[in-house]
Amino acid sequence: MLKIEDLHVKLEEEDKAILKGLSLTVPAGEVHAIMGPNGSGKSTLSYVLAGRDGYVVTGGSIEMFGHDVLGLEPEERAAEGLFLAFQYPVEIPGVGNMTFLRTALNAQRRHRGEPEMNAADFLKLVREEGRKLKIDAEMLKRPVNVGFSGGEKKRNEILQMAVLQPRMCILDETDSGLDVDAMKLVASGVNALRSPDRGFLVITHYQRLLDHIQPDVVHIMADGRIIESGGPDLALKVENEGYDQFVGAAA
Amino acid sequence: MSAAEKLSPKREAAARLLAGAPIPAGQAGWADAARAEARARFEAMGAPAKRDEYWKYTDPTLLTAPKAVAAEAEPTAAPEAFPGADAAEFVFVNGRFRPDLSAETVEGVEIRTLAETLGADIAFARGLFGALEAAGHEKVARPLAALNTATAVEGLTLRVTGEATRPIHLRYVQVGEGAAMVRHLVRVEKGASVTVLESGAVTNGVTEVDVAEGGAFRHVRLQADPAQAGATHVFARVAPHGLFKTFTLTTDGRLTRNEVVFDLVGDHAVGHAAGGVLATGESLIDNTVFVTHTGVHGESRQVFKSVLDGRGRSVFQGKIFVRDGAQKTDGYQISQSVLLSDTAEFDAKPELEIYADDVKCSHGSTTGAMDEDALFYLRARGVPQREAEAMLVAAFVDEAIAEIDDDAFADAMRAHVAAWMARRA
Ligand SMILES: Nc1ncnc2c1ncn2[C@@H]1O[C@H](COP(=O)(O)OP(=O)(O)O)[C@@H](O)[C@H]1O
Ligand SMILES: [Mg+2]
Repeated sequence: MLKIEDLHVKLEEEDKAILKGLSLTVPAGEVHAIMGPNGSGKSTLSYVLAGRDGYVVTGGSIEMFGHDVLGLEPEERAAEGLFLAFQYPVEIPGVGNMTFLRTALNAQRRHRGEPEMNAADFLKLVREEGRKLKIDAEMLKRPVNVGFSGGEKKRNEILQMAVLQPRMCILDETDSGLDVDAMKLVASGVNALRSPDRGFLVITHYQRLLDHIQPDVVHIMADGRIIESGGPDLALKVENEGYDQFVGAAA
Repeated sequence: MSAAEKLSPKREAAARLLAGAPIPAGQAGWADAARAEARARFEAMGAPAKRDEYWKYTDPTLLTAPKAVAAEAEPTAAPEAFPGADAAEFVFVNGRFRPDLSAETVEGVEIRTLAETLGADIAFARGLFGALEAAGHEKVARPLAALNTATAVEGLTLRVTGEATRPIHLRYVQVGEGAAMVRHLVRVEKGASVTVLESGAVTNGVTEVDVAEGGAFRHVRLQADPAQAGATHVFARVAPHGLFKTFTLTTDGRLTRNEVVFDLVGDHAVGHAAGGVLATGESLIDNTVFVTHTGVHGESRQVFKSVLDGRGRSVFQGKIFVRDGAQKTDGYQISQSVLLSDTAEFDAKPELEIYADDVKCSHGSTTGAMDEDALFYLRARGVPQREAEAMLVAAFVDEAIAEIDDDAFADAMRAHVAAWMARRA
C-alpha cells in the first residue's frame, strides 16, 4: 500500500534537512503507528506524502498504490485514495462544510471516472456518518472548521475520511487535544474503516490512542529517521520509559 | 491671450472637453441655469489631472481625452447580467435611450426621459438636478460629474411613489468606440422603495438619488469587461430612517472609476456601499467612496473586495466624514484584496475625518496572496487546484456580495465571479 525507501527531504526555502533516510512499509490491511518526539519530522513526512509544496525530496522514493507518486499533485494522490487527517485542520471562512466535502468527493469521483454522487445520496451519507461522530446538522452547515473547537475539528477530519473512503489513511496527531470520549469516537471511526484493502499510518505522541486503535506495527521516529520498529508493546515501552532510550541507542 | 492669462493645463483640458460636448439649451429656464452653473463649476475646477491627490493612484488621462460621441447602432446580443430577474429593462445603445427596446411603465414609479423632465417644471427634479453633484464637491472636486451635469442629454428620471413592483434595469450596450454619457435622477418618496439594476458601461455616468424619510433605494450594478475607460458617480442624500444601498461588481476592462458619494443627512439613516473587483491583464478599477454623516444615529458601511491577477490593479479610496453634531454615528469600512500574481497591485486609502465625539468608526484594509494552507487543505481532499482557487475566491468576494439584500441578484453576482475564475484557467 505504502512503501517509503531512504527518503531524504529538505525545506525549499532554506537548506535544512528534515527527513534523513526514512524507510517504512505499510502493507494493505495493516495499521502502523509512528511515535516520536516533537520536531522529529512526523508532520513533514505526512505533508510530503500528501504532496505539499515547500519541500524538496533530495533522495529516496515513495510508492503508493503500487506506483511512484512523487510526481503527482495533492489532488491526484487524494483521488487515488490517500487521505491525510491534519494535525491542524484549516479554517476556511465562507466555504460551507457540506459544499466543501461534496465538491471534494465528486472531484475525486470524476478523476476516477466514476459518476458523481447526487445531492440526496450525499446528504444521507454525511448525516449518517456525522451521527456516528456526534457531528450535527448545524455543524455541517458552518464554514469549514470555522468556530470549531479543537475536538470538533478532529472529529470533522474523521468524518471527511469516512465519507471519502480512502485506501491509505494518514492521521497526524488526531488524538492531541481530545478528551477521552472524543478519542473513543475518533478511534471507533478509524476502526470502522479498518479493512484488508486499507492501510493506516497513525502518527501520535501518546500511547493512549493506541489503546483504542490497536496497531500492527509501531515505529519510533527521531531526527528524520525510523530508529526502531516493533509490535504494540513498543508503544508501552515509550510510554513508560520515554524516547531517550531509543535516541541514545541510535546515536 | 497673453501669457499671464494662459489657462492652466487642467482648465485647458476642461475647455477641450466642453468644446467637444456643447451645452444643451432651450430647456426649462431652471434646467438651463443648472447647466450653466455646472459648466462654471467645471471650468473653475478644471479636468482631473494625474497630479491631483484624489487621482494619485489612478491616472485620469484616458478619462479626460475628448472623445467623439458614439454613433447610433443596433444592439448586439450580450450575456444576461441578472438571469431570472423579473426586471423592467430600459436600454441605452451607445449612450442613447431606446424606448423601442425598453419597458414603458413600472407600477409605483413615474418614469420620464431626462429631456422630458428638464423641459418641464417638475418639482423634485428642480431641487435635485445638479444639486447633489454640486454638494459633492464640498471636500474634494469631482470635475467629471460637473461635466456630466453641464452636458449630458440622455438618461431617465425616476420618481418612486410607492413600493416599486419590479426592479428597474438600466442596460447599457456599447457597439464600437465613442463617448456615451448618461444622467439619471431618482427621487424615492416618503416610505417608498425601489431597486435599480445596471449592467454594461458608459464613459461618463452620473446618478443623483434623493431618498425621502423612510424610503429605500437599492442598487446593484454589473460592469463586465468595459471596452472603454469610464467614470461614474452616484450621489445620494438620505433623509431620516432612509436606506441607500449600492453594490457594484466590475470585471476587467481598461479603466473604470466609480465614485459613490452619499450624505446621511437625516437621523437614523443608513447607507451602504459595497463592491467586488476582478481585474487581470492591464485593467485598472477604482472605487472611491465618500460618506458624510450629518444626522445622528447614522449607520454607514463600505465593504470592498478585489481579486487581482496578471497586471490587474484595484484602487480603493474610502472616506468617512462625520460632521460636528452627528453623534452616535456608526461607520464601518473594510477593503481587502487577494493577489493571484506578483504583478497585480492593490492601493487602498482609508480616511476618517471626525468632528463629533460620540461616534464609532472603524476601518481596515488587507492585501495578500491566496491562503496557501486553505488551498492545500482543499487539494489534499481531492479538489483540483483551479477549482480550489475558485472556491476560495468566491468565499472571499462573498463578503461583499452578501451586502446585497436580494438573494437572486446576489446569486447572479456569484455566477459572474465563478465565470471570471473559470475564464482565468
Ligand atoms: N516550513 C518549515 N519551515 C521551517 N522549519 C520547518 C518547516 N517545516 C518543518 N520545519 C522544522 O522541521 C522539523 C520537523 O518538524 P515537524 O515535521 O513538524 O515535526 P513533528 O511533527 O515531528 O513535531 C522541526 O524542527 C520544524 O521546526
Ligand atoms: Mg507534528
